[in-house]
Amino acid sequence: MELAHSTSAHHHHTEHDHDHDHEELSFIQKWIFSEDHKVIAKQYLFMGILWAIFGGGMSLLFRLQLGFPNAKLDWLQPLLGDWIKEGKLDPEFYLALVTMHGTIMVFFVLTAGLSGTFSNFLIPLQIGARDMASGFLNMLSFWFFALSSAIMMVSIFIETGPASGGWVIYPPLSALPQAVGGSGLGMTMWLTSMAFFIVSSLLGGINYITTIINLRTKGMSFFRMPLTMWAFFITAIIGLLSFPVLFAAALLLIFDRSFGTSFFLADIYIGGEALQHTGGSPILFQHLFWFLGHPEVYIVLLPALGITSEIIATNSRKPIFGYKAMILSMLAIAFLSFIVWAHHMFVTGMNPFLGTIFMFLTLIIAVPSAVKAFNYITTLWRGNIIFTPAMLFSIGLVSFFISGGLTGIILGNSAADIQLHDTYFVVAHFHLVMGSASFFGMVAGVYHWFPKMFGRMLDETLGYIHFWISFVGIYMVFFPLHYIGIAGFPRRYYSFTGFDFTKSFTDLNTFVSIAAIITFAAQFIFVFNFIYSIFKGRRAPSNPWKSNTLEWTTPINPEHGNWPGEIPTVYRWAYDYSKPGASEDFIPQNIPYSETKESNFENEVDPIESKH
Amino acid sequence: MTGMLISLAVVLVLAILLLIFRIQTLVKVMKGDYQDTVKPSNGYHALGLVIFMVIGFALFFWYSSVASHHYLPKAVSEHGVKTDLMFWVTMSILCFAFIVTNIFLFAFAYKYQYKKDNKALFYPDNHKLEIVWTVIPAIVMAILVFYGWKEWSEITKEAPKDAVVVEIMGKQFAWQVRYPGKDNSFGAYHFTKIDASNEFGLDFSDKSSYDDFIPSELYIPKGKPVLLRIRARDVLHSVFAPHFRLKMDAVPGMPTKFWFTPTKTTAQIREELGNPDFNYEIACTEVCGRGHFAMRFVIKVVEEAEYEEWYKTQKTFVEMNQEYVLSKATSDELKKLVMPQPNNEPPTLLIKSDSIMNISQVDSLTKKI
Repeated sequence: MELAHSTSAHHHHTEHDHDHDHEELSFIQKWIFSEDHKVIAKQYLFMGILWAIFGGGMSLLFRLQLGFPNAKLDWLQPLLGDWIKEGKLDPEFYLALVTMHGTIMVFFVLTAGLSGTFSNFLIPLQIGARDMASGFLNMLSFWFFALSSAIMMVSIFIETGPASGGWVIYPPLSALPQAVGGSGLGMTMWLTSMAFFIVSSLLGGINYITTIINLRTKGMSFFRMPLTMWAFFITAIIGLLSFPVLFAAALLLIFDRSFGTSFFLADIYIGGEALQHTGGSPILFQHLFWFLGHPEVYIVLLPALGITSEIIATNSRKPIFGYKAMILSMLAIAFLSFIVWAHHMFVTGMNPFLGTIFMFLTLIIAVPSAVKAFNYITTLWRGNIIFTPAMLFSIGLVSFFISGGLTGIILGNSAADIQLHDTYFVVAHFHLVMGSASFFGMVAGVYHWFPKMFGRMLDETLGYIHFWISFVGIYMVFFPLHYIGIAGFPRRYYSFTGFDFTKSFTDLNTFVSIAAIITFAAQFIFVFNFIYSIFKGRRAPSNPWKSNTLEWTTPINPEHGNWPGEIPTVYRWAYDYSKPGASEDFIPQNIPYSETKESNFENEVDPIESKH
Repeated sequence: MTGMLISLAVVLVLAILLLIFRIQTLVKVMKGDYQDTVKPSNGYHALGLVIFMVIGFALFFWYSSVASHHYLPKAVSEHGVKTDLMFWVTMSILCFAFIVTNIFLFAFAYKYQYKKDNKALFYPDNHKLEIVWTVIPAIVMAILVFYGWKEWSEITKEAPKDAVVVEIMGKQFAWQVRYPGKDNSFGAYHFTKIDASNEFGLDFSDKSSYDDFIPSELYIPKGKPVLLRIRARDVLHSVFAPHFRLKMDAVPGMPTKFWFTPTKTTAQIREELGNPDFNYEIACTEVCGRGHFAMRFVIKVVEEAEYEEWYKTQKTFVEMNQEYVLSKATSDELKKLVMPQPNNEPPTLLIKSDSIMNISQVDSLTKKI
């Protein structure tokens, strides 16, 4: 099978005749250890949704604690067992919940669930390839993710609890089991799980990059690629360069934990004894962690922005404004994302001069981000906007991106960051700009490409309800946190009763918790819609959104290999929407200029060799 | 029983919702508009976005004004007043951008909603516009960077020579502070010397440690620069004194520092706020384990004269822990210091000095072993 669709750049055009040698695949080959990028994408999506329910559910548990500090939680005992003591959540379990929520959302949902799903699904379909460069590596990539997921999931149920030092796992806390229960077996499993996750991420990333470079169909030059492709391409490169650094940090931490080295540990007295570690530096770990950690923000965000670009252009019936500026700003963001990491560390005791440099670099990154936001808004200008659920989620994303991104400007200022660092202001900032924006990008993508994935439509009424509750709900959850943050409330606090300066805002915290519960509950409308529509949804037309990109030229339910005949040739960019003179308001990429004489601009003629 | 009733109710509600869903699906099929790309509700969503924006902004302005006395407590350090000004200047620029861009976003969404006979404008780029909106944010950013850099350099420059120096140490789950005592020089410490009594790991082979004292609150004088020498002995902690706009991590194995000048005594602020129980506080902002949320420590800011008085009357660690020190003492000098003298005089402190503490002196004397 993989030979039939063997995908060397020079051959895949002429090999379409091999499509007839399909041998029947067993169930396992077809659905479990599949090498078809579309099946793998769905596997990532299902896993991502499962993790999102888990990770989101955990946030409700700690929101209960924060919003209703006096509530009796005995009724959760059947679920949580000994983590509930005398009707109260155990403080260490609270920390474990916060840690797991962060880890799951950042890595498993918004990295694997988002990139894994849409890079896998869309790259071959949108560049015109039969499959990924290596179907086998692609399959391995998913199964490494599954293994990593399994280990992380088991760690939640062990007696000492999962890792609980925050998702950033700063040593010495994460290195010393005597410091917190979660740093025992839970942390070992966290590190093991993340090691496999990184392997998965690298295998996937290599594949995405190779496929985009080598397997573009005839005529699909880099500057004709849809912005989704650019976003996934750049994301994969960022991942490839930054994840190994996290791997190194995890490995050194494993050495410190298990083999007595002192990379990150020095001069520690804990549990009644002085440890033998000397000479290590906890700050070194933070540098290594954030060398991935900051690019990771863009690994999460860029795919969502790419998806949004596509959806906003399609549903505004307009070309995306400033296509090349969008690419340039993504490249600029990608480059800068590697040299801003220490803005997470202004008050760690790092040399203040470094703080100055990183403040400067951090505020530069606001410029390409602003350009992107302006371009989205201008794309809407004088459009003919159709509010599909995907479009609404994309507009919501742009709003979150702006609202959350702006506060980054104040956090990136080291002097202002002194007060705001590690307060709820930071929580509000990144939940809007990274968490909610990327989540909306992922959901928008599902609404938009569901017809291609399953050949059926999602119910749009449920989609609209889902959007409105989520959009309003997310603002109600995260906007108030800015106030709490400016008041100085620190993150990861189990309770705010211990300090005079955190006595206020109890009503606001209750409000946030209620909003969070409603918003979370609304996600089940989506889950229901998703599962129901896979089986019972209305059958999809071949191009439901009247879109230009290549995936809509495949059959409604594409087989492995995507196109039954020849792969279409591409003659134009992806954004010929509402072209003056054209009868329809869209011209798909595979329509030659010779067929659209009435709308061609001056120099738009087909290359001679394309007429074969 | 209640559990069963609740689950029954939940099942019922779900069944009703499912039924409504089925009915609306069938209605859509009957109407036949389910195949249109543009739904009849298109205009409502456009309107909804604008309504959301208007209500959202109204809530934003309303809450920002009613809650204004809650957020950002009054700054009581010299740099804090300045960074607060910077915070509000930056925040005004951000709020302006926040409001304007969101207005454009939602207004365009409303204004350019689908109309049957409309055609969108084919408008792929406009280089002039793009250059303008690249350059303007770049200029604004440059100004903000310059502003921030100026404040940051002020805050992080070397502490003035006449600064009061206090050591603060984080441990699971408490803060402790140490003053250099009458000699104005901290005794050396080493983490291997820490035990249940000697929390700081004071090294008694260093004479400077004899007069160090460890009070239960952080006393500092108003109007004088105060330098905190910050360290941790187990995991990361972070000293956060919100009223002073002060935050710095405490790192095991790597002492850090932060200096500031308090501008209001505790008594003054109590009067100002009309709250006789008010206290300046230190919290921990780097997650450090089970008790992370409860590492409270009180800062008392007093007039300089009162501070001097308080400083003189503090009992040294050696005085308070005579038996312990005796058990560790290796030098006769130290033993003499804590053992009752034959002529029934109280133990004598070695160094008596009223000289004002000199920071460079402190730096050179406070060496780690």
